[in-house]
Amino acid sequence: MTTVLVLVTSSDGAPDDVALQGLSLAREVAAGEPLHALVLGDEAAAAGLGAWGATQVHVARHPALADIAPGAAPDAAARILGDLADRLGADVVVGPGTEPGNTILARTAARAGLPFAANCTVVVPGAPLTVTRQRWGGSLLEEAVIHADRAILTVAAHTVAATPVPGGAAPVTTFEPALDDADLVVRVVERIPAAAGGVSLADAKVVVSGGRGAGSVEGFAPIEELAGLLKAAIGCSRAVTISGWRPHTDQVGQTGTKIVPSLYIAAGISGATQHMAGCKGAKKILAINKDPDAPIMSIADYAVIGDLHQILPAISAELRRVRGG
Amino acid sequence: MRVLACIKRVPAVAGRMVLTPDARALDTRHLGFTISPHEECAVEEAVRLIEAHGGESVVLTLGPAAAVEQLRDAMAIGIGRAIHLETGDEDWDAESTAAALADAIRADEAAAGPFDLILLGNESADAGGYQVAVRLGRALGRPTVAGIKGIAVADGAVRCEQEVTGGRDVYRLPLPALVAVLEGLNTPRFPSVPGRLRAKSKPVSASSPARAAQRLELVRLVVPQGKAKQAEVLGHGPESAPAVVAMLDGLGLVR
Amino acid sequence: MSSFPTQARVVVVGAGIVGNSVAYHLARLGWRDIVQIDKGPLPNPGGSTGHASNFLFLVDHNKEMAALTVESARQYRDWDVYTECGGIEVARSETRMAELRRRMDSSKNWGIESRLVTPAEIKELVPYIDESILVGGFYTPGVGVCDSLRFGTICREKAQEMGALAVFANTEVGGFGVEDGRIRSVETSRGSIAAEYVVIACGVWSPKVAELAGARIPLTPAVHQMIDVGPVPRFERSSRAIEFPIVRDMDVLMYERQDGIGLEIGSYAHRSILHDPEEIPSLEEAALSPTEFPFTQDDFDPQMEHALELMPEIVGDESVGVKYAINGLIALTPDGMPLLGETPEVKGLWSAAAVWVKEGPAVGQSIAEWMVHGEPTIDVGQSDISRFHAHQKTRRHTKARAFEAFPKTYGIVHPAEQYLSDRPLRMSPMHGWHAAHEGEFFEVAGWERPQWFRSNAALVERYGVAGRPNEWDARWWSPIINAEHLAMREGAGIFDLSAFAIFDVVGPGALAAVQGVALRQMDVPLGRVVYTPVLNQEGGFKSDLTIMRLAGDVFRVVTGGAHGMSDLKWFRDHLPADAAIVDQTSAFTTIGVWGPRARDIVQGVTRDDLSHEGFRFGTCRTIEIGSQLVLASRISYVGDLGWELYVPMEQGLRLWETLWEAGRPHGLTACGMGVYGTTGRIEKSYRAYGAELDGDYDIVEADMAPPRLKAQDFVGKAAVERQLAGEPVARLCTLTVDDHTSASGEKRYMLGRQPIVLADGSPIVDAKGRRSYATSAGASPSTGLHALLAYLPPEQAVEGNHLFVEYFAERYPVTVAVVGSRPLFDPENLRVRA
Repeated sequence: MTTVLVLVTSSDGAPDDVALQGLSLAREVAAGEPLHALVLGDEAAAAGLGAWGATQVHVARHPALADIAPGAAPDAAARILGDLADRLGADVVVGPGTEPGNTILARTAARAGLPFAANCTVVVPGAPLTVTRQRWGGSLLEEAVIHADRAILTVAAHTVAATPVPGGAAPVTTFEPALDDADLVVRVVERIPAAAGGVSLADAKVVVSGGRGAGSVEGFAPIEELAGLLKAAIGCSRAVTISGWRPHTDQVGQTGTKIVPSLYIAAGISGATQHMAGCKGAKKILAINKDPDAPIMSIADYAVIGDLHQILPAISAELRRVRGG
Repeated sequence: MRVLACIKRVPAVAGRMVLTPDARALDTRHLGFTISPHEECAVEEAVRLIEAHGGESVVLTLGPAAAVEQLRDAMAIGIGRAIHLETGDEDWDAESTAAALADAIRADEAAAGPFDLILLGNESADAGGYQVAVRLGRALGRPTVAGIKGIAVADGAVRCEQEVTGGRDVYRLPLPALVAVLEGLNTPRFPSVPGRLRAKSKPVSASSPARAAQRLELVRLVVPQGKAKQAEVLGHGPESAPAVVAMLDGLGLVR
Repeated sequence: MSSFPTQARVVVVGAGIVGNSVAYHLARLGWRDIVQIDKGPLPNPGGSTGHASNFLFLVDHNKEMAALTVESARQYRDWDVYTECGGIEVARSETRMAELRRRMDSSKNWGIESRLVTPAEIKELVPYIDESILVGGFYTPGVGVCDSLRFGTICREKAQEMGALAVFANTEVGGFGVEDGRIRSVETSRGSIAAEYVVIACGVWSPKVAELAGARIPLTPAVHQMIDVGPVPRFERSSRAIEFPIVRDMDVLMYERQDGIGLEIGSYAHRSILHDPEEIPSLEEAALSPTEFPFTQDDFDPQMEHALELMPEIVGDESVGVKYAINGLIALTPDGMPLLGETPEVKGLWSAAAVWVKEGPAVGQSIAEWMVHGEPTIDVGQSDISRFHAHQKTRRHTKARAFEAFPKTYGIVHPAEQYLSDRPLRMSPMHGWHAAHEGEFFEVAGWERPQWFRSNAALVERYGVAGRPNEWDARWWSPIINAEHLAMREGAGIFDLSAFAIFDVVGPGALAAVQGVALRQMDVPLGRVVYTPVLNQEGGFKSDLTIMRLAGDVFRVVTGGAHGMSDLKWFRDHLPADAAIVDQTSAFTTIGVWGPRARDIVQGVTRDDLSHEGFRFGTCRTIEIGSQLVLASRISYVGDLGWELYVPMEQGLRLWETLWEAGRPHGLTACGMGVYGTTGRIEKSYRAYGAELDGDYDIVEADMAPPRLKAQDFVGKAAVERQLAGEPVARLCTLTVDDHTSASGEKRYMLGRQPIVLADGSPIVDAKGRRSYATSAGASPSTGLHALLAYLPPEQAVEGNHLFVEYFAERYPVTVAVVGSRPLFDPENLRVRA
């Protein structure tokens, strides 16, 4: 019998996408056995988890955590998760492969003295458990064996489809976890809201990016123009940030922002491993490049061959014409 | 103050990944090596903190003999000295890495005093384990925060900023503490020639820790198959604009 | 993009500086149906052109290289992709300063404006330099930086505009179709193209590509380290990409040049780092470009210190960072020269490899002219890929020589300097004898040949031969050479000439074959030996060699080892269908015996009649020496009575010993190649191919025209007829040095390739714009003079005329002793006809 516990992170009453993907992965591991979900404080998010495969939902409520987001006290979250796993005798603990998810699960593992496998794409049940996990931001996969009585892992974002269970429902129980002061040393003490306006790269539906081919700071003018017309966020490659043409906040890539837009327009970007790791989540990719065989073409849906400095202004002009402006 | 930056030597991969015949490592014959990008920022931050507050900066790595190259890179931009935990070419999992780092840090602190701040990369570019910092913090009994893009030290505490949806979260950790940082924290400087030359004579203390049994055991590596897409060529040069706009229209982005 | 062609006149493989230039010049000369492919993207397919430092230093001691570079600069300038910034080679030591003075000699030879500058003048030109560590410099204002990628793009565009060229990037060669030794097709990743010609311009990949066709392009990829530091505050005010002269810090084998707001620092000082073409990653695998290997910091550390010494203001600036650092790949060859021309292995398959950006455009032009007209304007004989003997085409030899030569990239290389690696390779049957007699071995084409015998040291005193006080003049030289020479002139000398390249032209068409190539009449009686120039279509020299008629349809061609393989290809290229060539180089050894006692010696071991009447000069026949049948040929390159004696290689030692024993009572002396190649020929004013004889001068100027031009056609005949009809604008003269004393009081002895000038140092230029220089120089021990050969315009070519030779930028008086081919010593040639 395999008992699986899943950490479901949430915000404003809705479970995170990646957390639901984790639930779907966990469902395969549980294979019909009990599938427990832990929700930190957010009872609204807990309510619907049965429809995503959970068979028992646990909501942890603690006065010290009342006014902060789940994950904003990662040591506390890790302890709550670990204690619950102990209580349930969980064989497998799964979390979302997000920034907070990875740090919480890592802390749970560290507390328990257990190994931790971040960003898994495949889990093969069994003893020991075998996983496939991402290296190099997903540009390389690793098959690994977790040698431990309890396997702790996260699911790599957007690699497993979140599939609902029609008619599924799960009882929700609320409990107050035990926490010490030491668990609350690391916690968010202040939140600075983002400046209004502008499209956030991580959430943008359309992203227009420039690479080395942009050539200079000024070379981004046609990219800015088209992004404005499409209400898109502006992105860039790491080569651009290193050259100082754009700020790091615009960087799409393994060590920048990983984006999941409906359309990604990559202009003058050849497609280094580092960049592909950040943009391959896009639903559609249009690559504009002088080199028809640039690596970016291997993941692109559409291609235009030529110089971005000639092509982008032409697209913007055509867009204005079609819109009747 | 005393600041430690922990770094990892990783291959400078840009193009196609090629594996060794046993599929347990990348074929790095054609590749150079570099400090993992997040850690370049950790090194830069350590140098800036010492420039601002005075004290000593140290760089630490666990890696093969050749990793001394990355230690010198760090010292070339201003780190004072280096500790090299020398390994063979085999992979070390995060647990054994953190354990070896903890031992080395304890030993160094016993001799030279505690580090106020230990900086690490959020995750290594290659293995991407997301855990060495928190394991090390746990082992040393110090608070640890990850995913940080802003650091300020004042009044015995470190203020850390993290980018989240909708804004920035602020943590304040009492020193000594550990911070796992992200690229974008700062813009690392390029080493100057005098810096390079000074780095040659800065001290590197080396030792060879034993590798514990690997509990996250690498079996083999696989290069993921691409989508094998054949991109639809919409045209060449500016003449392609109508075709591009038609495609945009199909996605509902025009009207 | 147009559809991929199935046939072409020529396929140019490679779109670096060379391939682009070849494609353009072929189009310019009228060829159409040119297809150019590259496995990489355009405009930078990832080869060495893409990371080249792109500067052109114009002066080279080598005439061919200087001509290619000057012509390339002209082409870059014409298309406005050349920024002239000047260049200074600086000296930190007196030894280097002497080398820079020698460079002045070469700049004058080739007509390139240059001057020596003081440390203060250097500081004025390059204000960020620390002149206090410098002795001086050599400044060439015409040095500049080109945009090689832009040049290549213009080449392709112009050829495309002419409707001559189709270009396909990202197209890789997978193989070649070769039938009957001729190229037929190229197999590419996009399909097969039938082609009459293929040009391999693939840089460091060339060996790999050529192997697919069964041809060998012997080069090895080697690392050249380069870093870029910046931003340099001083350069932020620059109005253009390069405004200050490029500095070559010769003593530490480095260069520094402005590149926008950065300073590029390159080095040839590190250990030789050689690779194999197979080790170069694919475009997909490479982190940068395939030819930009990861930087190896340790190798560069000492160079950083040197750069810091020379340019502390920039390199010592803490705010100036190392932004880019690579181990860039360049191509090195066994002898340092490019690999140009049709491969000897496959007809129609051409090599245009081992070429640097500074030579690229001129090489492209030369290859195109060669393919279209049969001959390039610039004589690229030293770069002809057919020059190599078998061993020189091996990977091991190529690497050994490249490894040895790399540190000499900016080195001070003596004209007679010997390679030391991968020796000995080819040993004559007398090698053991030579070693036992303390031969000082020099190498040519792999052959080990004694330059002199240390066992002859006693002769120096006997003949009172003076040494040379200056170390440079005496390097790779010995007074024993002059002593051996005098011993030969007094008694006789014996020479080992095993390095000769020998090939027989046979078959019904043999006469037509040699007749069509040789200037001289070849329809001669059996047993005649003909010394003849071999010309190219333009009437320039291709070679000079001897041909023996051994039978009605057998001619034996004997030529120098160094040029033998090129000559062999030339004969093959002009061979009628009913003739064949048999390479006999390794079948026969040649022993020469010359001197007034030569007849006594050889006659003593044969019963054949060797009297003057019985064995005429210019004839050959088989004689018996002991138990050997020996082909004896009465000619001489040292100007004395005697014979070349040919026997099968394995019998050579026995013949040598027989002659040695017979000769001792007659004062026979073993002589090295120093006598054969220098003193013996110089005092006889004998011309040498590659020195006096090259593509730039003709037989009238060299005074080698036959009294009557033969009726039969031969290559270059039309040109020779034109030359004979006109008046020569230069004449080859023999000059003698009147006073060897330098300003410091030291006696100096020129080694060749020095400018001949007027009293005020101004150059002597003929009507074709060619400057007079000493094509050869050497001692004439018999006259006690030091002789120079030089072409002079008619007004200066007057016997008794007083002129000057410049040597290390100092002037020495000389006198025109002979105009034309009359020898300085024994002008009536009584000795050879004795």
